[in-house]
Amino acid sequence: MIVAEQKTLDEIKSLLGDARKVLILGCGTCVTVCFSGGEREAAVLASSLRMASQLDGHPRDVTDLTVQRQCEWEYLDTATDRIKDADLVLSIGCGVGVQAIAERFPNAWVVPGLNTKFMGLPTEQGVWTERCAACGDCVLGVTGGVCPIARCSKSLLNGPCGGSEGGHCEINPDVPCGWQLIYDRMEKLGKLEMLMDLQPPKNWQKSRDGGPRKIVREDLRLPHEE
Amino acid sequence: MSSVPVYPSFEPEITAFYCGYCGYMAADTAGALKVQYPANVKFVPLPCTGKTDIRYLLAAFEQGADGVYLVACPLGNCHHVRGNERGLARVNRAKKLLDEIGIGGNRLDMFFMSGSQAQAFADAARTMTARIRELGPNPLKVKAAQTAKQKEQ
Repeated sequence: MIVAEQKTLDEIKSLLGDARKVLILGCGTCVTVCFSGGEREAAVLASSLRMASQLDGHPRDVTDLTVQRQCEWEYLDTATDRIKDADLVLSIGCGVGVQAIAERFPNAWVVPGLNTKFMGLPTEQGVWTERCAACGDCVLGVTGGVCPIARCSKSLLNGPCGGSEGGHCEINPDVPCGWQLIYDRMEKLGKLEMLMDLQPPKNWQKSRDGGPRKIVREDLRLPHEE
Repeated sequence: MSSVPVYPSFEPEITAFYCGYCGYMAADTAGALKVQYPANVKFVPLPCTGKTDIRYLLAAFEQGADGVYLVACPLGNCHHVRGNERGLARVNRAKKLLDEIGIGGNRLDMFFMSGSQAQAFADAARTMTARIRELGPNPLKVKAAQTAKQKEQ
């Protein structure tokens, strides 16, 4: 899932400017599951902003609404009237959601209430950890299902480096060394010999280095009408 | 802290959420034993304090409560195993939020007791009433009163 966390109330207040009618738009997908931007968080933030603005002496009309997914037009369209009626939309979806609102509603002023952090999973209750860096050219098949791009601090393809100590990364003793994880798993699976094959330099053009990415699936597209 | 109330005529309005197990039973025991506690507290039942939602806590303040507290089973003795721990974690989060908002996190608290502890139930009501009496009215009410006064002038 996409994992995000809420900005501080002070930062959110500073983003609201002089908007009087504020719509907090939650998203019912990834950010609901990671407890940062779902229906509950939207209601809590709305209540917080109403009270804080009243105490600041500039009361705002803050309401909230949560759509199933902010990253698809069809779901965003269900909120059209509320978005058009608001002075400002505070999106607590991920960065995709914020941009989807901006694209779909050219006249709406939209600001983010979350910081989108990474793609990851909950490793225990209340803890999320990064697992995928969306590099665009998956190597998990040669590393035993442990990603060297997301889990090695240096994204090494032939690790570990000299900073691996006692199974931990030199950047922080709380961070496990990605390559130690890979080695341990390959050893357990009896596939250590696979690590003897050196991986060639990665083509980073398939990642962010190649600019904004796009996928076109012709089998899913309908012919354009003339 | 001064024992002289800053707001002498102020009677706190307090909302208390209690769980349906120890919390409810402690209230019932207090009634049966005729243990008195301040009438400032209005009670709202929850199936378990694990059902505590920060929305409920904020809504109570937004709707005018001067203080809010929860009554739960003793830690380690929750009828839903760890529901009261979940409730406590949310109360702690809500306290931080209330500080950020400007309401003040010390207007919110949580008390743990078994069903037979009628005196502890009454003590919680007394403790919160005394604390809120000292803290004064919910800042939202103070602000609303100030705004109304300014408009009159």
